[in-house]
Amino acid sequence: MDAVTDTPSADARPVESGVCPPDAIDLRAEFVESGLAAVLEELDTDLVGLGPVKRRLREIGALLLVDRARARFGLQAVSPTLHMSFTGNPGTGKTTVALRMAQILHRLGYVRKGHLVTVTRDDLVGQYIGHTAPKTKDVLKRAMGGVLFIDEAYYLYRPENERDYGQEAIEILLQVMENQRDDLVVILAGYSDRMERFFTANPGFRSRVAHHIDFPDYSGEELEAIGGRLLGGMNYALSPDAEEAFHRYVDLRMKQPHFANGRSIRNALDRARLRQANRLFNGERPVTARDLTTIEAEDILASRVFSGGIDSYPPLK
Amino acid sequence: MRLTQGAFSFLPDLTDPQITRQVQYCIDNGWAVNIEFTDDPHPRNTYWELWGQPMFDVRDAAGVMFELNACRKAHKGQHYIRVSAFDSTHTWESLRLSFITDRPADEPGFTLERQEVEGRSIRYTTRAYSANRPEGARY
Repeated sequence: MDAVTDTPSADARPVESGVCPPDAIDLRAEFVESGLAAVLEELDTDLVGLGPVKRRLREIGALLLVDRARARFGLQAVSPTLHMSFTGNPGTGKTTVALRMAQILHRLGYVRKGHLVTVTRDDLVGQYIGHTAPKTKDVLKRAMGGVLFIDEAYYLYRPENERDYGQEAIEILLQVMENQRDDLVVILAGYSDRMERFFTANPGFRSRVAHHIDFPDYSGEELEAIGGRLLGGMNYALSPDAEEAFHRYVDLRMKQPHFANGRSIRNALDRARLRQANRLFNGERPVTARDLTTIEAEDILASRVFSGGIDSYPPLK
Repeated sequence: MRLTQGAFSFLPDLTDPQITRQVQYCIDNGWAVNIEFTDDPHPRNTYWELWGQPMFDVRDAAGVMFELNACRKAHKGQHYIRVSAFDSTHTWESLRLSFITDRPADEPGFTLERQEVEGRSIRYTTRAYSANRPEGARY
């Protein structure tokens, strides 16, 4: 028959049964043993900056370890609320971290499956009366056992249109966030100022979201490090001159309007690659592997940023 | 009379944690889980009403339990509710597991009618006592 039988699992056993609780538990050793140390280390090396985010993850991890230790002593361990809100300026890595978060929480054992369902307003809010609830519930069902990431969450709430169905989606979300905390972790993300307004208008959300994590803007050095990683990942490298030029580029670009942190850097490097490709194509001599991987100073210095403009497309006035 | 259809029907009713584990087993096998309900317990009533849609893209049993609880809210005590798992793999394309999760508080059972026909033959019909009343008002 296609069915499993219900054998009592080892962890369902009460703590007291025969096994004496130890006198003391070495949390340090547990930290390494549980794989948590590895997870956090990986996060440290993979993502530049983001101090507050890493600190919060460390705290959540510590709570897990302490909870486990408590369980061994037969003490009550209530699973914590893990709903989070990521706020920050454009390009500060909110989406990137959310993607990692599902994986991390899964490894920490907080979510059972560790998949990430990314949705925006479109996926939650229906087009006519009675359409919203099933749509929202469907998304919630899909996300159970994993992480639901609501990007640009403030769009759910549109105060200017009182017949907007967003409110209905919000109510269902709140209910499930409260009642099924063990099954689902919801992460809301958006730009700081608009999220602030969203939370003010929906106090229920603010209180149900336990972790409000603010993503700080990157510093110049961090942006350069990010640029270096991006290029490294694509098998490019900056020549020493280009490095110097890139340093100046970042300094200038940061002071300009419409600066989107990591994203601006990625775009700038994409454009530098375009210029490099064009330079190589127009060059007289055959190219070597070294030519193909090296971005020269001129590729970066050709940017409009150095002539007082903004490096973007379409060009801003 | 207790209705015995599908898997586990001779066991005591499954508890929620047990249902969750069965459902997770189905999901892990890649089967789509459905929730169905009916108030016509006749064994030949194969196609029960579907609650919502088949859950093809649910990864965790909690999603199914969420729907099951919604269905219970609407139908508990008045309908039978069952969970079935459909395997869409080529050459299977059929149900792999089906079991009753909820049943009406009172199950009056079936009557066996004998009809005497030509010669000494007898034709048999089973009819649920509850089916004498109109649909929706049976339990």
